[in-house]
Amino acid sequence: MIPELGHFALMLALGLALIQGIMPIVGTRTNDPVLMSIAAPAALAQFAFIATAFAALGVSYVTSDFSVLNVYENSNTQMPLIYRLTSIWGNHEGSMMLWVSILTFFGALVAAFGTNLPVVLKANALAVQAWVAAAFELFILMTSNPFVRIPDAPFEGQDLNPILQDPGLAFHPPMLYLGYVGFSIAFSFAIAALIEGRIDAAWARWVRPWVLVAWMCLTLGIAGGSYWAYYELGWGGFWFWDPVENASLMPWLAGTALLHSAVVMEKRGALKVWTILLAILTFSLSLIGTFLVRSGVLTSVHAFAVDPRRGIFILGILIIFIGGALALYAWRAPLLKQGGLFAPISREGALVFNNLFLTTACATVFVGTLYPLALEALTGAKISVGPPFFDLTFGPLFIPLMAVMPFGPLMGWKRGDLLGAAQRLLAAAMLAALATAAAFALEHGGPVLAPFGVGVAVFVMAGAVTDIAERTLILRVPFRAAFRRALGLPRSAWGTAFAHFGIGVTLMGIVGVTAWGSERIAEIKPGASLDIAHYRVTFDGTFNRAGSNYRDVVGRFTIHRLNGELIGNMQPSRRAFPDRNMATTEAALMSRGVNQLYISIGDPNKDGSVPVRLYFKPYVLMIWLGAGIMFLGGALSLSDRRLRVGAPRPAKARVRAVPQPAE
Amino acid sequence: MSRKQRRLTLIGGSLAVLAVAVALMLNAFRDSIVFFNSPSDVVEKHVEPGTRIRLGGLVKDGSLVRGNNLNFHFEVTDGKTEIPVAYTGVLPDLFREGQGVVAEGALDGGGVFNADTILAKHDETYMPKEVADALKKSGHWKDDYAQRAAMPIGGGSK
Repeated sequence: MIPELGHFALMLALGLALIQGIMPIVGTRTNDPVLMSIAAPAALAQFAFIATAFAALGVSYVTSDFSVLNVYENSNTQMPLIYRLTSIWGNHEGSMMLWVSILTFFGALVAAFGTNLPVVLKANALAVQAWVAAAFELFILMTSNPFVRIPDAPFEGQDLNPILQDPGLAFHPPMLYLGYVGFSIAFSFAIAALIEGRIDAAWARWVRPWVLVAWMCLTLGIAGGSYWAYYELGWGGFWFWDPVENASLMPWLAGTALLHSAVVMEKRGALKVWTILLAILTFSLSLIGTFLVRSGVLTSVHAFAVDPRRGIFILGILIIFIGGALALYAWRAPLLKQGGLFAPISREGALVFNNLFLTTACATVFVGTLYPLALEALTGAKISVGPPFFDLTFGPLFIPLMAVMPFGPLMGWKRGDLLGAAQRLLAAAMLAALATAAAFALEHGGPVLAPFGVGVAVFVMAGAVTDIAERTLILRVPFRAAFRRALGLPRSAWGTAFAHFGIGVTLMGIVGVTAWGSERIAEIKPGASLDIAHYRVTFDGTFNRAGSNYRDVVGRFTIHRLNGELIGNMQPSRRAFPDRNMATTEAALMSRGVNQLYISIGDPNKDGSVPVRLYFKPYVLMIWLGAGIMFLGGALSLSDRRLRVGAPRPAKARVRAVPQPAE
Repeated sequence: MSRKQRRLTLIGGSLAVLAVAVALMLNAFRDSIVFFNSPSDVVEKHVEPGTRIRLGGLVKDGSLVRGNNLNFHFEVTDGKTEIPVAYTGVLPDLFREGQGVVAEGALDGGGVFNADTILAKHDETYMPKEVADALKKSGHWKDDYAQRAAMPIGGGSK
């Protein structure tokens, strides 16, 4: 009964989406306020029905209703409750339900909180949002229905893929989807602006919080996925340039560019046409990401299904939305007037630089990810484009961007003072030079460029601190006055500084672990030990341990410093899941400051020895710490009064009373 | 500067960055692309020793030899041709005889494929797509592979 309820709710949601997608547009064309006002309640109701459907699926999972095929295939009564819950999105059908749930959730948020939006813009934007929702609801109903029943309900379900039975899965997909789908709001607003044929600086102010939320979630989602791969896949890599990873990185890069170009648009009224394009591209990349990951064109842990109908359906959605949006853009964008003037050396100029490099870097990732698919489709040759490609293209584009980043916030709008900014960054630059020298002196081995990477990372961090120091005049005015100034700074200024500092921290982690990480791979007998970095790792032996639906063979390792001091012990294991006849590697991690020791083991041999992978990962935690700081920066910026309050009332009154031409 | 000059500066700068990016990509494509080959391809195409390739096929039953110090030898087959593979390291969780595998590395002068990477599989029923295609081509595709391939993680419900 409950699954049928969910199925029915899903169909009703599709019906509502169609109403929400058509009526308000008709209303804006015929200037009918009643039709336009349908959008908001329809969006709320649509979310309510989708939430009902999602809850119905959730109930089926929690109660282990194996008469539902989807539950039978992906769940098991032996699994802990948390994994029965995360199983909901640990498969194709459920993850699409999550996608649509988040999409309609965002639509409902716009409907509920967008009270200060111009009526026409809101009606159009919600209608566009509904088209996207309708397409995906139709996709679920036609090809990926999670509510399909099996005639004879089995007593026990199959298992969730063991590799996905991990707390990381509770967190990573929803975060990632919040990011992907959050960009749909910017997309809908961009299309709405194009339909209406006018746009003003206030548009950026309405859209920016949504972009910010999406960007924050995507940042955490990517970082979470990276950490999951790091500890779960057992070979200690944090980023593989795998197509599915690139699929999440591309919207992030475009979204970061959008975040910055929207600032220019909001403050200076410039870059409007470009911002609209970025909004379209960012969500298009999210859609492409969904297609790559879900269609089965790539084989990976994310490709749940290889049903070709699904791939073709999503491809159809892609072509209609991306092609349609770009065609609309080509047709309508010339109507939007150009914005204000600015000198190349200025805050705007710096943000254009940022956009240029971010989008170009994004393009290289795009080419590297899709070229093998295109080549195979055209010539049948199968190639793989691996990390070397991205190191050689993405790296050289990203490093200059990082090096220039600290200058941006120190430049004035309209006309900046490059020399002045350079002078103010002198301390940061000296610190960076010092760090480079120190890296040369203290760290051995690794690429020659690595110390310069450290220098850039330190420059970025110190630059962010300089920005705040300059704004608060700390060390120049009495401390109390500086503190007052710090409290008086807009939160968005703090947000910028935090986010920029965070990217410096992440860069530091990436450079450090890539350049100076060490590994040892060996077979080791009980009682023997291996030395790595400043540590001696002794293998004590193995023992068995049983879990709810798995058995562990645990290796016990004792860690000493090389000078003999005992630090602790680590217990990596091989985890066997009998239901699936499958084993996973559970690595053991020990954090020492921002460094980590990492051990994973293979299947024990008959003589009691085990194959061991032992890694020393210097600075590695900074990678994810930096992402956390970026998230915090986004949150600070989001809490800025300017965004929280939205468009100031007088401005709104003016906009309504006298419809102004764009700029 | 006039509006026109500013716009030209902007366009010129963008084109310059784009040109750099294209140059970087072409350069990287020349050096870092790895082709996928089945054992038969390796023989037919006369893949040069030292060229990095991906070799995909089935791990031949009974061919796995476990040496000391994590040295492994096995043969990769597509039913027609076998290529001996040497690998040092820890084999992935789901490496089995009779199952699909993709190895990355290069042939040495003696015709042995020195793999530095054995691609991990995520699921016991997962057959790398390239391997499946190669087996179909060589006529050694069996239907139970198809069933397996059609039901990776969680299964296509259709």
